[in-house]
Amino acid sequence: MTTAVLFDNVSRYFGAVRAVDRVNLDIVEGEFFAMLGPSGSGKTTCLRLMAGFEQPTGGHIEIFGETAEGVPPYRRSVNTVFQDYALFPHLSILDNVAYGLMVKGIGREERRKAAEDALAMVKLPGYGARRPGQLSGGQRQRVALARALVNKPKVLLLDEPLGALDLKLREQMQEELKTLQKSLGITFVFVTHDQGEALSMADRIAVFNEGRIQQLGRPEEVYNQPKTRFVADFVGSSNVLSTKLCQTLGLKAPFASLRPEAIAIAPASNGALSLAGTIAGQSFLGATNRVVVDVEGARIAVASPAAHAVPSIGSPVTISFAARDLHPMEDA
Amino acid sequence: MTIVAESIILPERRGAAGRLSDFFWRHPYALLAVLLGPPLLWLGVVYLGSLFALLLQSFFSIDDFSGLINYEFTLATYRQLLSETNLDIIIRTVTMAAAVTLVSALIAFPIAYYAARYARGKWKVLFYLGVMLPLWSSYLVKIYAWKLILAKEGILNWFFEKLNLLWLLDAWLAVPVVGGNSLSVSYTGTFIVFVYVWMPFMILPIQAALERVPTNLIEASSDLGGTPAQTFRHVLFPLALPGIVAGSIFTFSLTLGDYIIPQIIGSSRLFIGQAVYAQQGTAGNIPLAAAFTVVPIVIMGLYLWMAKRMGAFDAL
Repeated sequence: MTTAVLFDNVSRYFGAVRAVDRVNLDIVEGEFFAMLGPSGSGKTTCLRLMAGFEQPTGGHIEIFGETAEGVPPYRRSVNTVFQDYALFPHLSILDNVAYGLMVKGIGREERRKAAEDALAMVKLPGYGARRPGQLSGGQRQRVALARALVNKPKVLLLDEPLGALDLKLREQMQEELKTLQKSLGITFVFVTHDQGEALSMADRIAVFNEGRIQQLGRPEEVYNQPKTRFVADFVGSSNVLSTKLCQTLGLKAPFASLRPEAIAIAPASNGALSLAGTIAGQSFLGATNRVVVDVEGARIAVASPAAHAVPSIGSPVTISFAARDLHPMEDA
Repeated sequence: MTIVAESIILPERRGAAGRLSDFFWRHPYALLAVLLGPPLLWLGVVYLGSLFALLLQSFFSIDDFSGLINYEFTLATYRQLLSETNLDIIIRTVTMAAAVTLVSALIAFPIAYYAARYARGKWKVLFYLGVMLPLWSSYLVKIYAWKLILAKEGILNWFFEKLNLLWLLDAWLAVPVVGGNSLSVSYTGTFIVFVYVWMPFMILPIQAALERVPTNLIEASSDLGGTPAQTFRHVLFPLALPGIVAGSIFTFSLTLGDYIIPQIIGSSRLFIGQAVYAQQGTAGNIPLAAAFTVVPIVIMGLYLWMAKRMGAFDAL
């Protein structure tokens, strides 16, 4: 498999701030790669390093085997879909989409045709004559996508492209982006702070915090076997068991993660682990109830099917879970 | 403990001020009328009225023998305006205004770009101070200072001499039309002072326009393969154009109307402003003076119309 983007010990400092701190990455050609993390975690800076808007302070970047340091954005076969779309307000939609072809010197007729095809691909045929100001957020998002894809980039960078859309539209775009990526076979690098988005769309996820990659792996790995406390916390809403509880359960690791949906409010049966506590709170989430159980002062969240009745607050309960759902973690 | 029964809705405020603010809250258009009425009346009656009176004057003529104004509508004054001497004045002024505008824009753009894109904190303060400071001192003082700078015994000559570049200055002054005995009595001198004096009026609108161009549009252009030159031509320049047009309206119309700078610095040939001054003063030919002032109005009207057709205001 060809490596599309390679980060070898890449750092980017802004003064004393280490926005990106010794990051190692290799993104495989044709994969949908998500960079997930809270704001300020360095994921967007990594994307900007790939696009060429930023230059690394240290380390080495390769794009399809070619050194990328010192190469300006306009000489990279990489295109970006910006967070707020960055459509040119003074140009028509067609001219926006054809911009990349225009600056490359492609003839008017040919680029008009290519731009119209690209608009049709993002389901906006016949919108060419309008101005960006006349389009809704979702439509502008599609135009930004068409404007990038019309250049047939080797790598498409997406900087939180769905952040400004409402929930329904976002889910629809997630589907479409995934389908588009599979059919075009272009490497997608997707920046998001929404863990659900990253889990549902990506082939692999890099979880960022404070400029470093905390964990890199397939969505199931990152979700089920978080390597650090941060990942357990950020990806979903895992319970982090303290050192004391780990000792109670006979675990050697300093911390362990436990998914709320892996816990049942029931006595242990055939070899499962169990803890005793009292119900401390409850909220209705639709398909499940989120129940908080107080175990020796630690609060453990349990996702209980909505059909199951929840004992009233203060009543003593036993929670149980399979030993394999308990994931030991490093202290970070 | 006393319990104060509080109503959800507070009682109406007492006094005239309280009633007045309640009234304006209920009738926002009344407030608008009070605030905008006086200035609009002033603009409408005093400014537009006198402009109209001026326009009217230009259609009268002067009796050559008695020197009295003949209050009959005629185009004779405009015929006079288009005579060779007067046309010469118009062409000279318009050429100067165009050159001043063009060069001002060329000098102002990089300064405005720096201020809008890179200057932060104290550098931004310094920029505003640097641009505005010349406006704080008297216009006449600045022009006389320039007369000294540009004079044959002035610092500029001395500077060229020290750099052994006097031949370059002399060669320039030997060029017909733009040259002269010294910079202070040449069109070049007039031009330099015009550019200097009107520069803030060009820098500030361009800076304001550039400030509104989001950085990510520049990045998007670059990302799509646009070289810096292409990005400037297709993105930055079109988006800054309203600012450039606004600045050029200032520099162009100020140069068209000024009569002090060409009088103090430059050759003795007249500019429109000087012609107006002479016609309405010593010559007492108010109709011709009025006709002269119509020229800048017509030119500015044409200029704005052209700018609009070229799409200068599309991004507004």
